[in-house]
Amino acid sequence: MNTTVGSDHIVTAYDQDLDELYRLISQMSGLVETQFANSLKAVDSRDEELALKVKQRDKEIDQLESDVDAAAIRLIALRQPMADDLRFIISAMKAASDIERIGDYAKNIGKRTLVMSQFPAMPVMKSVVRMGQSVQTQLRDIFDAFLAGDEEKAMQVWEKDEDIDAHYTSLFREILTYMMEDPRNITAASHLMFVAKNIERVGDLATNIAESIYFTKTGESLADRPKADASKYESLD
Amino acid sequence: MKNLEQSEVVNYPADRAIKMQGKDVKVFYGEKQALFDVNIDIYDREVTALIGPSGCGKSTFLRCLNRMNDTVDICRIEGKITVDGEDIYERSVDPVHLRARVGMVFQKPNPFPKSIFDNVAYGPKIHGLVDNKTDLEEIVETSLRKASIWDEVKDRLDAPGTGLSGGQQQRLCIARAIAVRPEVILMDEPCSALDPIATAKIEELIHELRENFTIAIVTHSMQQAARVSQRTAFFHLGHLVEMGETDQIFTNPEDERTQGYITGRFG
Repeated sequence: MNTTVGSDHIVTAYDQDLDELYRLISQMSGLVETQFANSLKAVDSRDEELALKVKQRDKEIDQLESDVDAAAIRLIALRQPMADDLRFIISAMKAASDIERIGDYAKNIGKRTLVMSQFPAMPVMKSVVRMGQSVQTQLRDIFDAFLAGDEEKAMQVWEKDEDIDAHYTSLFREILTYMMEDPRNITAASHLMFVAKNIERVGDLATNIAESIYFTKTGESLADRPKADASKYESLD
Repeated sequence: MKNLEQSEVVNYPADRAIKMQGKDVKVFYGEKQALFDVNIDIYDREVTALIGPSGCGKSTFLRCLNRMNDTVDICRIEGKITVDGEDIYERSVDPVHLRARVGMVFQKPNPFPKSIFDNVAYGPKIHGLVDNKTDLEEIVETSLRKASIWDEVKDRLDAPGTGLSGGQQQRLCIARAIAVRPEVILMDEPCSALDPIATAKIEELIHELRENFTIAIVTHSMQQAARVSQRTAFFHLGHLVEMGETDQIFTNPEDERTQGYITGRFG
């Protein structure tokens, strides 16, 4: 099946090519969802083995991104896609690039977990993981929306990102207080800060994908997303 | 862009004047109605592409624009078609004169069985556009140059036009059409008998001609419509389904039938 509207193409090989692209995105999104979930689990349970595994599996996502690009380029060259087909193909390429970035953030969380687990745990880690879980839900919803071509669901994800940005801003303050409290926390807290930032970026990438879905379905671009990440203005005086 | 089926008015940028306009155009071949209330604006010095499946009425409509359908006995036309606001079906309009203003290039190149020179000179002579040999030679050269074929034929103007390759013949026919200084050029699938290189040359030519002429082109190749036109009109079963700027029609058509056709989902 594919996400495009209307009846099937007269040339069935065209449908097969589109299906292949769809299948690759579906495989890629499934894998990155697992990677991101595992990276959170590794932070939460200080599981070095799992963190290492996340780090190693990132190559598979990179490979899938190249496969998506190759399939999309082939479709454009051989089928001269138009209208919704063209929009789907362009969105698939953009989504693949976003998904690949999400994979990179998951890998980076894995790497930082390896360092953080050398230090005593901080209660704020739980809070970072909780934010990660909201983003995980966002990811699941956005991939479902992409594969189902559901722009309303995509819009819901897009709108919810504001909550995640707000959560991130409050975590930023909290982590700063840990650093000020005891300088021995600074190493682990710095890594945790980056973990939180990575999670927040994954949320942003989910909204990028939402925008691609919206474009595929409507042919129009979304206006600028509301931003609630105020951490750049934060300081503890 | 809007769906035109309810004869809505389309808002186009005001910087282009309307050159030709069809209002509630209906065409019948005997009992059979081929076109239903077509409302269309063709803008000055723009390329308007007419696309749609076979039998959708796009060629019929094109042929109405210079009264080529007059030669078909059973053909009856209602509604109004204007050039610069003048009704071309008025009794006072001479179809021969009209066809000089609104020229046509056909699917199959059809040079006269005469020399290359005479093919181009014929029109200006019968329309009395020249009164001496020098003027005639000049008009032939200019027309062949504008049709991008001068360099290929300048040394053999006395050779028969029918001896040229298909692509050259088609450019010769374009030279012949522009020799009578038309304002509008109608093209009915001008590249369907040509190879890709000859097609590319015609497309490049269309691009150049747009500076001086208004062009309406019927094409079966959607890629060609996308490449050469500024506006595209999609016909289906005798209706003008949708008309809009070409990039919008090919990236984000409004009507499902347009979408189905351009993406290759029905024929």
